[in-house]
Amino acid sequence: MATVPLESALILAAVLFVIGLAGVLIRRNIIFVLLSIEIMFNACGLAFVTAGWYLGGPAGQAMYFFILAAAAAEVAVALGLILHMRLAFGTLDTDKIDRMKG
Amino acid sequence: MNTAFYVSGIIAVAATLLAVTRGNAVHALLYFVVSLLAVGVIFFLLGAPFAAALVVIINAGAIMVLFLFVIMMLNLGPRSATGQADYLHPKTWAGPVALSAVLIVELLYCLMFPGAGSPGAEVIEPKQVGLALFGPYLVGVELASMLLLAGVLGAYHLGRGVSAIGGGDK
Repeated sequence: MATVPLESALILAAVLFVIGLAGVLIRRNIIFVLLSIEIMFNACGLAFVTAGWYLGGPAGQAMYFFILAAAAAEVAVALGLILHMRLAFGTLDTDKIDRMKG
Repeated sequence: MNTAFYVSGIIAVAATLLAVTRGNAVHALLYFVVSLLAVGVIFFLLGAPFAAALVVIINAGAIMVLFLFVIMMLNLGPRSATGQADYLHPKTWAGPVALSAVLIVELLYCLMFPGAGSPGAEVIEPKQVGLALFGPYLVGVELASMLLLAGVLGAYHLGRGVSAIGGGDK
């Protein structure tokens, strides 16, 4: 049986990561920025699981577990911050809140 | 199987591109869930059923529901009733459903023909992952639990203020 080359799985992870990075840079709605950060987390997880598959051990999946924990904690706090941003500024546009005044 | 991997990869990239470029946040969320499911199928094909279950349950399940709750909270107002009718329209969910249907056909194919999945790799059972997590990676698990506790406390602290202000707002 033919095996999937390691390169194609890593290229897929890289493509997903770049799409997420482009989303962070291009989109101005903070919900989409957060979604793009999730895409980048997911791409990192894919790279780890691919490496774990290639090396043949549980280490890759263990690392994916840690990435998932970090993503979950990040999303919980960031969504709370988004709600505060909406209440304080009445907007979800990241360009409108570029002043740091306490 | 190579074909299954490449089909899932194409679905993942397409769904992610659509998720990033949508104008409506709920549409983007639907496409991102499809992208997560495609990545879950890829994990399954790579012999990582534990990671596949985690990505479906936690990422596509819990985290995306959290996103959906916040989007629904932010859409409060007269617009929400018309928005609901839009979400039930087939053009909202036809794309994600079509991509998911391809994924489920692929998964059923891999399940019905054992050996078609896990291209050239032995399957790493959840038991091995658990033994690794609570063996050599025990400190990491403790750190992750502390991180999650900090996340819970932070979300509670931030959310409490929002509910107080939101209650006065209504």
